[in-house]
Amino acid sequence: MIRVVLPPHLQSLAQVGNEVSLDVSRHPLTRAAVLDALEARYPMLRGTIRDHVTAQRRPFLRFFACARDLTHDPPDAPLPEPVATGEEPFLVVGAIVGG
Amino acid sequence: MSGVRVLVGTRKGAFILTADGKRSRWTVSGPHFAGWEIYHVKGSAADPNRLYASQSSGWFGQVLQRSDDGGTTWKTPGGGGGVTTAPGEMPRGESNKFVYDVSPGSGKPLTTHQWYDGTQHPWEFKRVWHLEPSLTDPETVYAGVEDAALFRSRDGGTTWQELAGLRGHGSGPRWQPGAGGMCLHTILIDPRNPRRLYTAISAAGAFRSDDGGDTWRPINRGLHSQYIPETDAEVGHCVHRLALHPSRPGVLFMQKHWDVMRSDDGGDSWREVSGNLPTDFGFVIDVHAHEPETIYVVPIKSDSEHYPPDGKLRVYRSKSGGNEWEPLTKGLPQQDCYVNVLRDAMSVDSLQPCGVYFGTTGGQVYGSADGGDSWAPIVRDLPAVLSVEVQTLP
Repeated sequence: MIRVVLPPHLQSLAQVGNEVSLDVSRHPLTRAAVLDALEARYPMLRGTIRDHVTAQRRPFLRFFACARDLTHDPPDAPLPEPVATGEEPFLVVGAIVGG
Repeated sequence: MSGVRVLVGTRKGAFILTADGKRSRWTVSGPHFAGWEIYHVKGSAADPNRLYASQSSGWFGQVLQRSDDGGTTWKTPGGGGGVTTAPGEMPRGESNKFVYDVSPGSGKPLTTHQWYDGTQHPWEFKRVWHLEPSLTDPETVYAGVEDAALFRSRDGGTTWQELAGLRGHGSGPRWQPGAGGMCLHTILIDPRNPRRLYTAISAAGAFRSDDGGDTWRPINRGLHSQYIPETDAEVGHCVHRLALHPSRPGVLFMQKHWDVMRSDDGGDSWREVSGNLPTDFGFVIDVHAHEPETIYVVPIKSDSEHYPPDGKLRVYRSKSGGNEWEPLTKGLPQQDCYVNVLRDAMSVDSLQPCGVYFGTTGGQVYGSADGGDSWAPIVRDLPAVLSVEVQTLP
């Protein structure tokens, strides 16, 4: 199982806690695979992290893991191994842009 | 005893204010969707327990919410409430999927509109400004969106299809954003002829369909706007709000960027009825529930000074369908008041006497249970109010 940490607004939208666990069997694990699994498990999150049609990341969201900023990595780039093993979570983070 | 339910959208959540028919004691519920911008909440006339809410965020985009119990509980239609789809079934989760129709079969798909500097700019979905449920079918609801387009759902908000004839009728490339963006903010359904629809767009103008939304034409003859090269052009006018009375749906009232206007022929022609208003800039306009010639506006000083003239919050009422206006001040702040009242933030109930409600960017929602003669704040300290709708309950 992999672990995904969501920002508070998406937690309330999906009616989950700070962290969700997902069964993703793809190897190597990629960001696209994580988000595919997340949206399949929680369909109400579709369109809130990436665009429905283009699958582009929404501009004010960032992706972190293992103390690294993975926001601008390609969606099909392999994620760090500790994310794939569930040792470390994949973090979806709202950028600090006021509001 | 009958009652009212006031649906308030704010910058940081939705609130539901309820009272019995006396409208003197209120219960406040909320914030619903705390922290999200709620541009609009509206109930179905066909089923008062069916509510639709537009929830949006600069981070997470658009979410569409629906309640089937009068606002006690909410869900994203088709998206479940944390419920998985069946094995092998693709998740729907499309209640927030507003995709512009670019298919050749839908007529004349458009890819660009006019930008602030006059250049062409791609159409980009940003948010839902206004939700207008069908008058007869709780499952059917229209959505006015930014960048301006009209969508319709026939499955309770689960999926949406653009009524592309509006953008495609020919004038789309000349539409341009107003200061608040290029939004379709007003949707009116003719209660006597549900195939007749009106919409209004900032800054494009007013439009009418007589075939249920398939085809459209601009209805802006008589409007004059100094901020466009051709002041009486077919499109380009910054219409802020339209209103009609159900008993006379051919009579339309308009609060334009500047000017309060009236049409007696379904929008085919307009004449100015600003009369003795202290300023004819403003956003809201609405019609008394029982008196089709009684209308309300809230004059705002100017397009750069978005607050009431002289620091006095005054609703103006005309009992003659315009031109002669009286200030309504009892119970409203008459000094040092510098709030705005946004275009979707006024509504009326249909009790006797008619109740009138409006919300401010200062977070107050004022109500009048006597047609505007006197006012009292229902709540004073909400986040900035974006929209106010009222349901009259049996």
